[in-house]
Amino acid sequence: MTTPAASPSREGVPLLQMMGITKRFPGVVANDRVDFDVRSGEIHTLFGENGAGKSTLMRVLYGLYRPDEGEIQVNGAKVAITSPADAIRRGIGMIHQHFMLVDTLSVAENVALGEKSQRGPLTDLGRVSERIRELADTYRLNVDPQAIIWQLSVGERQRVEIIKALYRNVSLLVLDEPTAVLTPREVDELFVVLRQMTEGGRGLVFISHKIHEVLDISDRITVLRAGRNVGTIQSSEASRARLVELMVGRAVALESQPSKGTGGEVRLSVKDLHVKGDRGIEAVRGLSLEVSAGEIVGIAGVSGNGQRELSEAIAGLRTPLSGSIRLGDAELSAANPADARAAGLAYVPEERMRDGVVPFFTVAQNLLLVENRSRDYSRLGFLRTRAIRRHCQELISAFDVRTPSLDTPARNLSGGNIQKLIMARELSGSPQVLLVAQPTRGIDVGATRYIHERLVVQRDDGTAVLIISEDLDEIMTICDRVLVMYEGTIIGSADPRVNTREEIGMLMAGVKSAVPPLAGEPATASP
Amino acid sequence: MSQFFTYAVLTATVASALGLAAPFLLAALGETVGQRSGVINLGVDGIMLLSAFTTYFTALKTGNLLFAVLVGMGTGAVMGIVTAFISVTLKAEQGISGIGVYLFGLGFSDLMFIKLVGTPLPINSLNPINIPLLDRIPAVGGMFFKQTILVYVAFLLVPVVTFVLNRTTFGMKVRASGENPAAADSVGVNVARIRWSTVLIGCTLAGLAGAALLLYDGIFQENLTQSEGFIAVALVYFGAWRPTGVMGGSVLYGLTIAVVLEWKSLGIIPLSASDLAATAPAVITILALLTIARRFRQPAALGKPYERGG
Repeated sequence: MTTPAASPSREGVPLLQMMGITKRFPGVVANDRVDFDVRSGEIHTLFGENGAGKSTLMRVLYGLYRPDEGEIQVNGAKVAITSPADAIRRGIGMIHQHFMLVDTLSVAENVALGEKSQRGPLTDLGRVSERIRELADTYRLNVDPQAIIWQLSVGERQRVEIIKALYRNVSLLVLDEPTAVLTPREVDELFVVLRQMTEGGRGLVFISHKIHEVLDISDRITVLRAGRNVGTIQSSEASRARLVELMVGRAVALESQPSKGTGGEVRLSVKDLHVKGDRGIEAVRGLSLEVSAGEIVGIAGVSGNGQRELSEAIAGLRTPLSGSIRLGDAELSAANPADARAAGLAYVPEERMRDGVVPFFTVAQNLLLVENRSRDYSRLGFLRTRAIRRHCQELISAFDVRTPSLDTPARNLSGGNIQKLIMARELSGSPQVLLVAQPTRGIDVGATRYIHERLVVQRDDGTAVLIISEDLDEIMTICDRVLVMYEGTIIGSADPRVNTREEIGMLMAGVKSAVPPLAGEPATASP
Repeated sequence: MSQFFTYAVLTATVASALGLAAPFLLAALGETVGQRSGVINLGVDGIMLLSAFTTYFTALKTGNLLFAVLVGMGTGAVMGIVTAFISVTLKAEQGISGIGVYLFGLGFSDLMFIKLVGTPLPINSLNPINIPLLDRIPAVGGMFFKQTILVYVAFLLVPVVTFVLNRTTFGMKVRASGENPAAADSVGVNVARIRWSTVLIGCTLAGLAGAALLLYDGIFQENLTQSEGFIAVALVYFGAWRPTGVMGGSVLYGLTIAVVLEWKSLGIIPLSASDLAATAPAVITILALLTIARRFRQPAALGKPYERGG
């Protein structure tokens, strides 16, 4: 049984019509006369680079921003949506990229929050829980109404968000990058649910970067570029190449072939490593791995399986409980980032705004964070401004960091340029080992390509490169060897030239027998 | 020393401990409601001082104590409007603006006292209300059931606040606003309105606390509260943002003061050490904060103004 959408749309009238939406921010036009519509029963994808204006458009729809120009029609009637409450009243729901759940409240409380209670001022969680169970049965969204949100996995939290929308009986649901945090298997399950949700006439807006998913799930695809709608096409008429061309405005080759590793000496060797996570639970449990000069090793896995703790242990930011980390000839025992750097490590952290740059420092200051004690740039504790500026100017042109000036605060740069800035800083010291966590998360296609090329260049120069990434496409594209991390250990290894995405995806989900061991591949999971 | 352990002394000590605890409890319950919604109010002590003065002045002029208490609460509510406007509407740094409100209360209450009253005259104190039957229970009756109306109100508010926070839609919105205001906003909860309400409730209770303190002492003086409002803020942390925990802290604090006073009057504590002994409640609170409260997590959005679309 499928619940019919709240307001049945009239024949031929789209559920939603956004016409000529313009939204300006100081110095930027985020949306430039964008037309966008959603029909009853369809999944309409918004596709485009970061900063193309997808989120802005949806924030306008959800009442979080007021458009400067343009008109919104819901079921053919012109409306002004001034707040999320307003949007909800009109049957519009939104699942944000960062889940909008209150961690300390139960599932039922999160679902009931903001809704009228049948018991007046008192909560009616019993009835809400009952309804949650009904919806969970209908859509196979298994979730315990009594569970507290912080106890739930990312996949479960997403189910709670979907139930929230179903409970509110939305006729139009926006899903902002819902697959970013899921394993391939969970993505398949989500798509089944999304299809089922459209059956009663509900319209869905799907936002994603991942081309194969977009082609898989959409009925129609609208591509935004630099705030403009550059084309709305039927999914059946779309191809990967066509979408990318629309998105970046030029035809680009998608696949870059990983070149064969040179099989040099072992530069980074981790043996039987145990590391505690922030919650006091062991996050890395007996992990071993080796990275040699001239190869890119990728660690795939769903986030939260100990990747962050592993990278922090290697970078000297977190003291391991036991085990050893060897970097070149140096044994790193206690956490000390200076030792790790002295041994030849360069580190590009996952949280680039928090751990990668000082947001309020200028581009030049950020570039100099590592080398500021070098004789070249300071004398008797005084900075040598002219030498520094020359050095920084070279770095930003070498790494294509697009910044108005060296004195611009780092926080004003886009994600891709910040990442290039960090890469420029980290690679300027010719490292022995390069550790990059989530190299291109949230970065547009152009910058992603550039960063991937840099990583390959670095490998060809003989650096041992270790990449930790949730993005399987990225891992498959640039890595010579893939290790899959699951619950704190390496559950298996794979060869991106031999194994398929699906096989690696199964490993990411913890299914061990998915990939038969490759001949000549060391059994990395054994202690 | 055996004197201390007599029936009568023990009863009197507990009874006065509850009377001493009531202002802390009222102020701390109000602060709890505000903090659960994400607003930290450090101006409590200043609000208590202003309310204590208006209560005193009204009682002095009219002789009507209950009316005076209402005026004290009203003063708290007016300061609540000021606090909410600064903290919620203007999104100011809450620590600093709270200190500002405190300093205003400290100075302005004394200024009004000097200008409007001058010579301190005592006022009538509230009569204890004996609860029929219960007050006849040996020992317990004398400890708990011969208190003033404000003590009863303070303790009855503990289950009331607990219920409101945990069982009502308003309470759910309060908790959501304190933990994840963006999530609350996304489902149509008006975070600013919720925080305005909790700040008004909190400051009104701070006003009531000031009135209770004034009526316990029976006379106004400069800095009457001796920073009790700040202790009330600490008690919220002590009680891990739960009304029952806050009550436990308030009673412990009241009991320590009462015991120190009692022992001083009985000569157990020598006069030379009395100043040192007076620091006991503060020391106990700090120790308790270090050991107990650290195990609990504060509301995630505590002290952070909410800005949409950040």
